[in-house]
Amino acid sequence: MTAIKFENISKQYRLGLVSTRTLSHDLNRWWQINMRGKEDPYLQIGSVNDRATKADSEYVWALRDINFEVEQGDVVGIIGKNGAGKSTLLKILSKVTTPTTGIIKAKGRIASLLEVGTGFHPEMTGRENIYMNGAIMGMSKAEINRKFDEIVDFAGVERYIDTPVKRYSSGMTVRLGFAVAAFLEPEILVVDEVLAVGDAEFQRKAIGKMQNISQGEGRTVLFVSHNMTAVKNLCKKGLMLKDGSIEYTGHIEEVVDFYLSDETVKGIVNHTWTLENAPGLDKIRIKRAFVKYEGDYITVNTPFDLVTEFWCFEEGFSVNVSMHLFDRMGECVYNIYTINKPLQKGLHRAVFHIPANLMNDGCYYVSNMFVTNSQAYFYHEHAHAFEVVEEREASGWHGKWIGSVRPTFIQNDYNFIESI
Amino acid sequence: MASAFDNESQEWTTEIKPQNRLLDINFKEIWRYRDLWQMYVKRDIITSYKQTILGPLWFFIQPAITTLMYMIVFGGIAGISTDGLPQPLFYLAGICMWNYFSECLNRTSSTFTTNADIFGKVYFPRLIVPLATVSSSLIRMAIQLLLFIVVYIFYLIKGANIHPNIYILLLPALIVIMAGLALGFGILISSLTTKYRDLTLLFGFIVQLWMYATPVIYPLSMMSAKRQWIMALNPLTSIVEAFKYGTMGVGTFSWGMLEYSFVFMIVLLAIGIVVFNKVQRSFMDTV
Repeated sequence: MTAIKFENISKQYRLGLVSTRTLSHDLNRWWQINMRGKEDPYLQIGSVNDRATKADSEYVWALRDINFEVEQGDVVGIIGKNGAGKSTLLKILSKVTTPTTGIIKAKGRIASLLEVGTGFHPEMTGRENIYMNGAIMGMSKAEINRKFDEIVDFAGVERYIDTPVKRYSSGMTVRLGFAVAAFLEPEILVVDEVLAVGDAEFQRKAIGKMQNISQGEGRTVLFVSHNMTAVKNLCKKGLMLKDGSIEYTGHIEEVVDFYLSDETVKGIVNHTWTLENAPGLDKIRIKRAFVKYEGDYITVNTPFDLVTEFWCFEEGFSVNVSMHLFDRMGECVYNIYTINKPLQKGLHRAVFHIPANLMNDGCYYVSNMFVTNSQAYFYHEHAHAFEVVEEREASGWHGKWIGSVRPTFIQNDYNFIESI
Repeated sequence: MASAFDNESQEWTTEIKPQNRLLDINFKEIWRYRDLWQMYVKRDIITSYKQTILGPLWFFIQPAITTLMYMIVFGGIAGISTDGLPQPLFYLAGICMWNYFSECLNRTSSTFTTNADIFGKVYFPRLIVPLATVSSSLIRMAIQLLLFIVVYIFYLIKGANIHPNIYILLLPALIVIMAGLALGFGILISSLTTKYRDLTLLFGFIVQLWMYATPVIYPLSMMSAKRQWIMALNPLTSIVEAFKYGTMGVGTFSWGMLEYSFVFMIVLLAIGIVVFNKVQRSFMDTV
């Protein structure tokens, strides 16, 4: 049974300041439609929403002709680059804005977790905010009364329930917000990246709750995320958006593979410079900084090389190269350096071999430091970046595997010692 | 075939379409969200006390000081008549009524701009917010009326020349008309200012002047017959006058003028709701 049906959904936005010339456009539009019986003149124009190219029109289509059906009980992952139209689609679905053309038909209540804790007032207590937030989401007072204890329990804030929310930590606020939304029990739930916040324990709870919602209770979930691991493990079907249009739909594995095979989204940022624009100082200049690997993309099971090519302009300049690897939060995962030796004048290459099954899935970036006589000579920050993706078939664990490394060389074992 | 198609279309409970028709207003939905209305009223009240030293006392202090000011400036220096009423009573009556109207108007007229954050994330009938504002302002007005009643009883015991009469029972109706006027005008301003911000300045100015076009600091009877007729075009004139007449027996009372205010309120409210409803669906793209 179809739960949601998108028919020719398009959304047009004006670029630039809305206020400039709006009145004249509005008057023109009004004149054309109402007095001359013509179509809206501004709906004819508009360019595809590609942020990289300069727009040739003042109007862009954030979404163009979206036709899609979601079966009841499906968990659909919506993926795509930033600006592909994911958020616009969700905004239309949650009725925050209207489509320019088309219609969405749905069965049952649609609730969105576009941002948890919406409408929380810092001066009000946790208890008051639960009622307020629930009411905003469309719950009646009686409904909230019935679920109140469960909500508080799920959020784990019993002790602070009569404390103003402004005294809460940000994590507590998020937990409370998610808890209210999780117990809303809508027929259709729209989730946008809420899992990016909260600690590991809460993420596990949240994902578990989402699975219950979809599997146990037969509800339909639309899930937007950049976390391919979470998408793959939570969703059955996928929808990939590109420049406002549907690029690929199908089974989630296929969609994610298709998405990751798109060069621009692999999260790999390699750099090449010429002698003129190369970063560096008078003795050292960087030619290239890149990641080298085989296959379509780097998975946790792929070995890869982090490479820096640089020119040395002084015969016998003694230097070593430090490679600082950072995770997306900016925490240094490790710092590895080459031996210090006098260099010949010319082009050099420093290679760091990263074995398979060392890095965890995630985004990383590399900074290189050139050290001479125990002093930093040149620090090349954000030299290049890459993403390691999950390669895991059915595994019991569905969330993001925590940590920056996932080495397999750590031996583990357990033995029976004695009976009790 | 046709019937099968009809059956299918009836199953859909939610339809999201482009700009709705002008008169497509979902009052049932507003009723369904009545608990939210209640929460908003509660929130307004709770949050206006928090972290103030004197708390609700401010509701007394503000009109008391304003009354004192008017006594000095308009009653004293300018020497404007108060229809033979004690000055504090006369000004306080006007201030209670005007304050309610202006507070509702000020707060509802910024509905979209102050709530842009939440409106951008969740959908609920936007009309709930200004409705709650008008309701929570009633509490403030009730407190101010309390001050009025205290002063009123004081003068009654003192034997001042005041004659309460049956028209005092009209007070709830007067408040409803005022609330409707403030709501209608407020949501209309709010809808227009989301797109054209410079209108905010214009409306701010109009509201300021409006008080002087309403018999708050002077009695209507002071005017010549021709001017009274012009004054009567202001729908608030009859309300303030009727309140003074009902409580103190002095002032100009006319059913015709009240009817005019009522019809004015209904028309304004209808226009306001239609425009507000149209703007609410797409304002996130313009704000």
